[in-house]
Parts: sequence; C-alpha cells; structure tokens
Amino acid sequence: MEYSEFVMDHFRNPRNKGVIKNPDGVGEVGNPICGDVMKIMIKVKDEKISDIKFKTFGCGAAIAVSSIVTDMAKGKTLEEAMKITNQKVAETLGELPKNELHCANLGADALHMAIIDYYNRLAGKQKDASKEKVDYIGKRKGKCYCPYCDSVLLSETLFCSKCGKSITGQNK
Amino acid sequence: MNTIYFDHISATPLHPLVKETMINFIQNNNFGNPLSQHHIGDAAVEALETARRQVAQLINAKPDEIVFTSNGTESINHAIKGVAFAKFKKGKHIITTNIEHQSVARTLRVLMRFGYQVTTVPVDRHGLVNPNDVEKAITENTILVSIMHANNEIGTIEPIAEIGKITKAKNVLFHTDAVASGGNISIDVDELGVDLLSIAANQFYGPSGAGALYIRQKTEIFPLIDGGTQEGNRRAGTQNIIGIAGMGKAAELARIEMPQRIEHLSKLRKAFIERLNTLEDIHINGHPVLTLPGLVSVSVEYVEGESIMIMLEGDGVCVSTRSACASGSLRASHVLTATGCDYVTAQGTIIFSFGIGNTLEDIDKAFTSFQKSIAFLRSMSPLYKKK
Repeated sequence: MEYSEFVMDHFRNPRNKGVIKNPDGVGEVGNPICGDVMKIMIKVKDEKISDIKFKTFGCGAAIAVSSIVTDMAKGKTLEEAMKITNQKVAETLGELPKNELHCANLGADALHMAIIDYYNRLAGKQKDASKEKVDYIGKRKGKCYCPYCDSVLLSETLFCSKCGKSITGQNK
Repeated sequence: MNTIYFDHISATPLHPLVKETMINFIQNNNFGNPLSQHHIGDAAVEALETARRQVAQLINAKPDEIVFTSNGTESINHAIKGVAFAKFKKGKHIITTNIEHQSVARTLRVLMRFGYQVTTVPVDRHGLVNPNDVEKAITENTILVSIMHANNEIGTIEPIAEIGKITKAKNVLFHTDAVASGGNISIDVDELGVDLLSIAANQFYGPSGAGALYIRQKTEIFPLIDGGTQEGNRRAGTQNIIGIAGMGKAAELARIEMPQRIEHLSKLRKAFIERLNTLEDIHINGHPVLTLPGLVSVSVEYVEGESIMIMLEGDGVCVSTRSACASGSLRASHVLTATGCDYVTAQGTIIFSFGIGNTLEDIDKAFTSFQKSIAFLRSMSPLYKKK
C-alpha cells in the first residue's frame, strides 16, 4: 500500500461527502473513461463558502483529494478559496504514489469551477449545472491526460508523446 | 486481522512440499554448475533433469521438449521472437488476439518495428476467439499464431485444440501462452496441437523466477538468449536451479492433485458468484463455463476499481484490479474493452482469484467486505443514481 496515513484517513472517513440541494455553484472535472470524476457543490453566504460537498468517482487518491480540498475551502472567503492551488493541495497531501499526482490536480480545479459557476450565476449567466445530467455510462468520448505532464494522450499510446514517460501503469 | 489472499493470478504461495524441495537443495550445499565436468555439478544436473521430467509430465510432453526460463514473460518472448527470427525468410506475418497479455502484445509490437505484420483477431463478449477468424487470417506469409490458453483477467479458456487443427493443416507454427492456465487445468500439448507453450511456476504454487517453454521436437526456433550450450542450446546461461527444482515439484503436485484442486476452486467460485448475483448493477466478466476454475472478474458500475481494492485491503482482503486507475488517468483494461464492456464500467473491475488454501469462510468474509465497500463508494459517486 503506497498511500500515507493522512490520505488513507481522508479516503476511509471522507469529510463533506454528499450533495447540496440547491447549490450556489457547481464544478465538475474529470471523465469516467479516464477513471475519475469530481463534482464539488458550494453554498455561498456573505462571500464565504458556508457549505461544501463533493461526489467523486475515482481511485483512492481522488476521493481523498476531494475530502481534503473541501475541508480546506470550507468557511473560507471566495477569494481565499480561489487561492487554493493544485500545488497547495499536493503539499497538504504529502506523498502520493507518483502515478496518482494528477488526482491532486482535479481537486482545486473542481473547486475553482464551482466558484466560477457561482459568479456566472450572479452575473446572470444562468446555467444550472446541478440540473445537467451527469451520466457518462456507455459513452466513449473524452480524453485522458498524462499523469506526469498533463498533456493529452492518444488513446492507444504506451508513452506520453510530450514527456516520453510510460503511461501504462500496469503493475504486472 | 487475518489476510484473505484472493490474488492467486498474480502469484501463488509456495506449496509446503515445494518449499521443502528447495530448502533441501540449498541445505545440501548444491552450488555446482550443471555443466561442470567434475562431480560437484552432478546434483544440479540431477535436480534439473528431475524437474524437466516433472514439468514434461504435467503437459504430456517429452523431457527434452522443455526449456527452462526465468518466467512466463521470457518463455513468451522466446517463443515469439525465436520463431520470428528463425522464419523471417519464409514470412513475416503473425496472428494473435486482442486480449493477450502484455508480454505477447508488446513483443509483437516490437517485431512490427522490424517489418513484421500482425493480424489481431477479435473476441466475442465472453472473450472467446472464433477459430474460423484465425483460419481466415492465415496467409502464405504467416509464420506463427500466438493465442493465449486462458485469459489472466477474465479467465476465459480459448478453443486452442480447434485452432491447433487449423494451424497444423496450414503448416503454421502455433504458440499458446498458458501462464494463467498451466498447472491449474489439464494441459496436453498433443491434444491442444501446439508447437510452443509457455508456463510459469508461480501460477501453480511454485516459486517466482522459474518458467518453462515447451518446444515441440523439430520446431525451427532461435534462442532468445545466446551463449552457452545450456538447455540443449536453446537457452544459454546458467539456470536458476533452486527455482527450477521447486518448479518441478510444483508441477508434480499440480498433476497429482489437479482434480481435487479444480473441484475445490470450482466450489469456491460457484459460492462467490451466487453471492455476487444478489448485488445490483454488477457484471461478471468472461465465459460462464469455459473458464479458469478459481477466477472471478466482476465489474461494478458507478465506482472505480482501485478504490474498491483499497477498501478490501482495509479488511484484509487482497485482490487485483486491472482498472487503469493505477494512475487515475489511464486506460481501461484492453481485455474488457475487447469483450465490448464499456470504458466506464471497465474502470470498476476487480479480479478475485482463489487458491487451494482458501475456504468458504473466506468467501463469506470477502463478500461482506465487498458489499460494504461498494455501498460506501457508491454513496459518494456522482455517477450513481438511487433507483
């Protein structure tokens, strides 16, 4: 087992899992074809994140990251929450198995998308993401990204064409 | 917490008698080189030749048709590259399937860089190859057909004997990767009609680091490793004698105990599948009948395999996943997608592979943990909609 105790604790006892009924902002990143989808919902009061919940489909790291990011953002002002970067999440996480670093990047992205969605709604760009269907089962489109350099991978490749690293990740 | 080991497809524990054979060999201080001309090498020669007979008997071959290697992957590389090199003047066309282990698929990909053409025949939704497809794919340039005996992810057993008749009639060499099946189900190289067959000891309660390649007499094949005259000039380099001695013993035990082992594993498998069938939105992969006795591949909708695996590990249950999620961004299993399983469902796949040391009690405990894990993970999955 390669995960740290801290990551395992967030995986086994995830904080803030669930849904918010009428969210003020929703952010969703990832693609089930690549193995993870992270959806973060926020409730905003006085420019602060008063409530935050997540739903995640993914590996252990993805679930732990969801828990950690939502924990970090809860109670923060929107401005502060926008400053939670992928790098900060990665630092908080400590060591992750190398192949799973990319999961850390999903967390802040989903959070920022939720905040942007909130602002968009305020500005009248009404697009209630919570009502959009999140049903990817059976679809075969979507992209996968290199876990090392985040560039888009071709579907049948064994190596990342950009950084040259092996991306099969098969351990046997 | 007791560990329940359900990952025998990755490696099997050493059988106590195999361990004893290996320890005895070490304790007798048998360090000699089998090619030495003095008596110090005699014990090594005897251990090798005993093992060769034992492995030959397991698959109904002749002892001199067995070449010891360091593992299944080496055997497979030897079979494919060895034939490709020996036959390159006759032709450069090789036929395989789209569900092979990487050691076949990648070896062929390397050969393609050297001008070889590879035809990949598809499988049906159970993972079965249609022998007619193989027959149609054979051309006058075809030098080799390489099709696995049993698939290591879904357990499906391919119609090797039928394909063997075709390759024989067409005078094309036939290799089968029997690493997942070898020592676990009955294998007779004559019944299968194969010219080359790869097995590995750590799949049947022998040690890691010992494998064998069956090479039918008079088969034209080059060595993979060149050098000395070991293994009848077919595999140079001093052998892993302790490992091979263990492999021989494991082969003997597998042959003698096989009917009881199969019965036991089939009982466990049946019991586990009965329990799985009570769950919603799961799919059992592979063929319902033509399958390895101790393997169950199950795809769980709305959740991802690695997270299930970690949950199970938390309860002491060791399984494997071929989900691409070793990195969270990787591809779904090529085997599952070849059977038509959609990419998302393939991500939620867990392979349970039982062994002779497992019990029905283990099945119950593992199932309870599995059921609990799925419910927990589904509760936080954005893909899961309560009905």
